[in-house]
Amino acid sequence: MSARNALDGLRSTAAVPGQKLSSWWGGAPVYQRYAVYVLLFVGALLLPYSGLAPIMSPHAKWSSILFFPIGIYVLLAIGLNVVVGYAGMLDLGYVAFWAIGAYSMADLSVRYHWTFWEILPVGILMAAISGIILGAPTLRLRGDYLAIVTLGFGEIIRKVAENAEYLGETRGINNVPHPPDITGVNIGGVDIFDYGIRDARPYYYLLVVVITLVIIMVKRMEHSRIGRSWAAIREDEDAAELMGVPTFKFKLLSFAIGAAVGGAAGVVWAAKVSFVAPAAFPFILSATILAAVVLGGSGNLPGVVLGAFMVAWLPERFRGAQEYRELIFGAVLVAMMIWRPEGLIPSRQRKAELAEGGGGSGHLGAEVAEVSK
Amino acid sequence: MFDDFTSSFWANTIDGMTVGSIYALVALGYTMVYGVLRLINFAHSEIFMIGTFGALATMQITGINGPFTGFALVAVLLLCLAGSMLASGGAAVALERIAYRPLRKRGASRLAALISAIGASLFLQELFATVIIPKWFAHGRGRDTLGLAQAGGEPRRLMDKEVLFSIGSGDVRNDKVLIIVAALAMMIILQLFVTRSKLGRGIRATAQDPETAVLLGVNIDRIVVVTFLIGGLMAGAAAFFFLLFYEVTSYFIGFILGIKAFTAAVLGGIGNLKGALVGGFTLGLVENYGASIFGSEWKDVIAFTILVIVLMFRPTGILGESLQRARA
Repeated sequence: MSARNALDGLRSTAAVPGQKLSSWWGGAPVYQRYAVYVLLFVGALLLPYSGLAPIMSPHAKWSSILFFPIGIYVLLAIGLNVVVGYAGMLDLGYVAFWAIGAYSMADLSVRYHWTFWEILPVGILMAAISGIILGAPTLRLRGDYLAIVTLGFGEIIRKVAENAEYLGETRGINNVPHPPDITGVNIGGVDIFDYGIRDARPYYYLLVVVITLVIIMVKRMEHSRIGRSWAAIREDEDAAELMGVPTFKFKLLSFAIGAAVGGAAGVVWAAKVSFVAPAAFPFILSATILAAVVLGGSGNLPGVVLGAFMVAWLPERFRGAQEYRELIFGAVLVAMMIWRPEGLIPSRQRKAELAEGGGGSGHLGAEVAEVSK
Repeated sequence: MFDDFTSSFWANTIDGMTVGSIYALVALGYTMVYGVLRLINFAHSEIFMIGTFGALATMQITGINGPFTGFALVAVLLLCLAGSMLASGGAAVALERIAYRPLRKRGASRLAALISAIGASLFLQELFATVIIPKWFAHGRGRDTLGLAQAGGEPRRLMDKEVLFSIGSGDVRNDKVLIIVAALAMMIILQLFVTRSKLGRGIRATAQDPETAVLLGVNIDRIVVVTFLIGGLMAGAAAFFFLLFYEVTSYFIGFILGIKAFTAAVLGGIGNLKGALVGGFTLGLVENYGASIFGSEWKDVIAFTILVIVLMFRPTGILGESLQRARA
């Protein structure tokens, strides 16, 4: 009991600066908010600064780590957050959409010689369509069935890639071309549009731009009618339906948007690594991205970005512990669900929902033992 | 294409029923926990995996090495079965204690419970891959597939697999008969337990209406533990049969099998004990027939596609969901 009280005390003291910050943010004028946004964007662009490298990544090249896993995980987590955090559906096969984007890039560029910029919209569209194809029959199901179906879908995609001769079986597709270069645009000593092998920074800048665009899009949606519908569905689907929210349509929309973001991440990633094989898309990656969303605070973008950053960066920073990465992950997931299910930086709304016990797919059965006391 | 199907029909039928009975035993664990808690016990696949290592450990500790026949064989099989069931049952109870009970006490959301289950599943897999298998089973190679023959360094065999008789193209082997008969027997015992015993009545009452069950004096905590224990014991039995049939295991062995067993549970109607049996056999058979038509590398794809199709057209499964409604 005393440990519990101590924990509560710790939590309340830790919450004070956070609350101050969020109440300032709530009352800040528009120009101040935009100044923060711009600062964050510039900060992201300055991250590959080589002075940071020895601290942030003593084992591997900092700028390439920033692209993968950090940048890609952040983008995937933002996409998955639309499905899990906003609409409250559990997608355990999210990596499949990433794979579809990556294979679109690899196949269309190697076989049909399309360029990166032509493939990007097509890859996004392919992923979104596959999201709709998967979602249309399954989104009418209860939440936990959906989790298993998406898990099955993730495995189907990987198995198909492994067995289809057209996609190179387990060998995958080699020599995927990089995006076309524009030489001569040199800012701060980096040819920012020169997509070579050695310098990862141009890819990273490209990814930052993609992430920024996605964040703007998602943020706009969150505060629109769409976002409110998602919140209603997440909190109580039946009530939302009764109040006239076309739940199926909005669930499908969130699924398609999540898939599209995953597809975008896949295209960008394939263009950098130039080698796409089924082994890059295991289930554990879906679980990792989900962990990022949940750990950071599902439904809250800053939390999700932080969660993805931590999940991607910590194992790279502490290479010695890499063997035990998933072990630690698993334990942290269980511990978080027991003590802080709302995540590191939760959205206030989401926290309230979880404290109430709802927060997605209803209550556990056989729970009355304690609640009724 | 269809020639392959007809020519190997009986062989596939027998294999399908063997695998199907393993699916059915694992599916029972999913079905019972889902019936009582409305939770997909995602870590159940790891309970199964732990069972295979429980059986291996029993063989290593006792140093038994066959092949055995007659009563010695029966004794050895029962011993290994006890080892795997004990390991799985214990793990399932510990899992409930650590990963689910705190959530249940808080009245947490099902999403939180499912994520906790995924965390527990990851943790158990990696615990075996990084600590337990390198230390006690494979000496430093935690992620390799372990054959029954190499476990602990020396070659091990439990029984000679002989063909008893043939139906058409299908050879009926003694181990397959053993697995099917033993699995059926266990399911009949379980069915009797759930429909006839006092604890079984408590399980059904809790599944039907937990609040009323509490008012009528059912100890829910105990019921939940018993449910997990039974699921674990069944998974343990399935694990030993799996080891007997395929003679391999690894830290990752539960993953695909777990999804398939869950598919079987959904296929038959989740929460329905007979449904697990029907679903398990259906999945095992369809998967093997499908593999003979499309090639065995598509086996898993076939199983998952069946899951998606079943959920589309009959989300309550073949027999419907009814642990709640099953009355004695």
